[in-house]
Amino acid sequence: MDFFTLIQILDATVRLAIPLLLACLAGLFSERAGIFDIGLEGKMLAAAFFSAAIASMTGSVWIGLLAGIAASLFLSGIHGLASITFRGNQLISGVAINFLAAGMTVLIAQSWFSQGGRTPSLSGAERFNPINFPGALTTTNEVKAASPLMQVYSELLSGHSLLVYVALLTVPMTWWLLYRTRFGLRLRAVGENPAAVDTAGVSVVGLRYAAVAICGILCGIAGAYLSTALQAGFVKDMSAGRGFIALAALIFAKWRPWHALYATFLFGLFQALELRPDVIEAVIGMKVQGQFLGALPYIMTVVILAGFVGKAIPPRAGGEPYVKER
Amino acid sequence: MDVMPKWAEVVLVPLISLLLAAILSGLVILAIGEDPIAALKLMIDGALGSTYGWGYTLYYATNFMFTGLAVSVAFHARLFNIGGEGQAMLGGLGVALACLFIPWPHWSLGLLGAIVLAGAFGAIWAAVPAYLQAKRGSHIVITTIMFNFIAAAVLNYMLVNVLRPKGAMDPATARFPEAVHLPTLHDILAPIGISFSKAAPANVSLLVAIVACVLIWLLIWRTKLGYEIRAYGHSESAAKYAGISPVKITMIAMIISGALAGMMAINNVMGEAERLVLNATEGAGFIGIAVALMGRSHPLGVFIAAILFGFLYQGGAELALWTSIPRELIVVIQALVILFTGALDNMVRMPLERIFLALRKGGN
Repeated sequence: MDFFTLIQILDATVRLAIPLLLACLAGLFSERAGIFDIGLEGKMLAAAFFSAAIASMTGSVWIGLLAGIAASLFLSGIHGLASITFRGNQLISGVAINFLAAGMTVLIAQSWFSQGGRTPSLSGAERFNPINFPGALTTTNEVKAASPLMQVYSELLSGHSLLVYVALLTVPMTWWLLYRTRFGLRLRAVGENPAAVDTAGVSVVGLRYAAVAICGILCGIAGAYLSTALQAGFVKDMSAGRGFIALAALIFAKWRPWHALYATFLFGLFQALELRPDVIEAVIGMKVQGQFLGALPYIMTVVILAGFVGKAIPPRAGGEPYVKER
Repeated sequence: MDVMPKWAEVVLVPLISLLLAAILSGLVILAIGEDPIAALKLMIDGALGSTYGWGYTLYYATNFMFTGLAVSVAFHARLFNIGGEGQAMLGGLGVALACLFIPWPHWSLGLLGAIVLAGAFGAIWAAVPAYLQAKRGSHIVITTIMFNFIAAAVLNYMLVNVLRPKGAMDPATARFPEAVHLPTLHDILAPIGISFSKAAPANVSLLVAIVACVLIWLLIWRTKLGYEIRAYGHSESAAKYAGISPVKITMIAMIISGALAGMMAINNVMGEAERLVLNATEGAGFIGIAVALMGRSHPLGVFIAAILFGFLYQGGAELALWTSIPRELIVVIQALVILFTGALDNMVRMPLERIFLALRKGGN
């Protein structure tokens, strides 16, 4: 394997890891506040559809992005209503949201576009297009011939869409918000011991709704990225289990922002390698089944959960509705 | 004393939830520019208007009875088994192995063998998450979700690389031998003079599913083990105090649950497709969640809910065939049922409780 192939794989890793990262951070906010969210997948899917659909109708990817975030926030609202206000089962609510998104996206897509559950393909201003850094080479042949440093600059660092850089920025922002602000302290506290937060005179309900809303916004961006940056348009079930991989990454990262970055990039690397079986064969000298690589994030999560490689302890009040003492 | 009488708890709350789900589904159909009443008529006609329709409705219902019971048994021990889908996939593998590699002399023996292997495969697939929950404290919901994906990868590998006959292109096993073809409802009902559609896939598995409903009812409400499962589900600490082992109950409840989900494969793999294909489960494992929630985890409720969902499934297929409403409408209805009967349960219950409280005060 030459250096350029490595750079190509890392480049693919970045592109595939971004939706995982955004969804993982979304889950992090929600679960740190004590609200389990297995509906990440559904929120991403709904956002992917509405971003692509509205971008295609208005010709502006920015309006599409807003529509995607709005759709994701709407589902977050349902989740909040079910799990915070009506103290229902958060897991069941998440399952319902996943199915709601899977069904409604196809139903609406068919009704609006009649193209078998997809949106028209997007082009030009309807998409988030690659941003090329100054001086970066753009064609594959040029990059291949350039020096290693130039290859890294042109292929790996440059040429991603705006949302990639935004997603990378959300990692330090999440860290800062959670560990350096009063809001973050309260948010973490409400996931560990809501009664204490309540006693301090801070609204548990308000904090949890805020966390669920942030989760919705991030899932919205993740979905918009899928349909308007990674691909050019929405197709049925395009989130393809990414919400669950993000959930796995969240456990892998033990609910910490920087570790979420590492975990999602690791899982992104698996996805990138799954697309390049020739490279794996060349590197380790034997054929690895694609199915095995695809299942690896899930297997690793089970191993981590089992506590064989460091124990993953979730926020203590996670999954339990808070009932104010009377 | 409970605020609400028992009949309200068992019948009224689920009925109102269901009604809300139905109204919203109707609005969804209206929103995509179709007529909900006409759609409902078409569904009833297609699913219940002929023995052919009934044959499909009951075929789907059989799947959902197994997966619904699976989720219910776990619910009784307050365990949420989202892994029915993966367990059913593995059950399919068990059925395929039983049918392809053992020369059964008669379908009845083949069916017994397939039940055992399908149940065992499903049970193993549920036992691992159960063990991890009981012994290592890893959350069963997450592990069962992960096991769904791992099951899909295992099945994909087995079908593409191991079980696919030489020269075949599509990832599926060879056809099962003639000897293990299960009798359909047509074959069963013809001798007693009832003519039933020959083309419909409902088969003898339906009877197995009904027997399973009865057995699970006996288990949960008439045996010591069932009592222990329910006690554990109500209060883990109380159950522990009464000498019930949490590890044992978690393992047993999940093994029964996984076995039931796995057994679904006798219907869809052995009874209908007569070979194992990718995506043989068609999401039935997840529909089990909706069925169990709607049926209030009671076998009779599961039975009724399974038939309702069988009707929705077959009716939905008819809709997709004759109108521009895609099949995904059923996924939406399923989501709404899960949402209203499962997650937003208290939205219906809280106001009802208030009404009953007011009524009782007025009566005194």
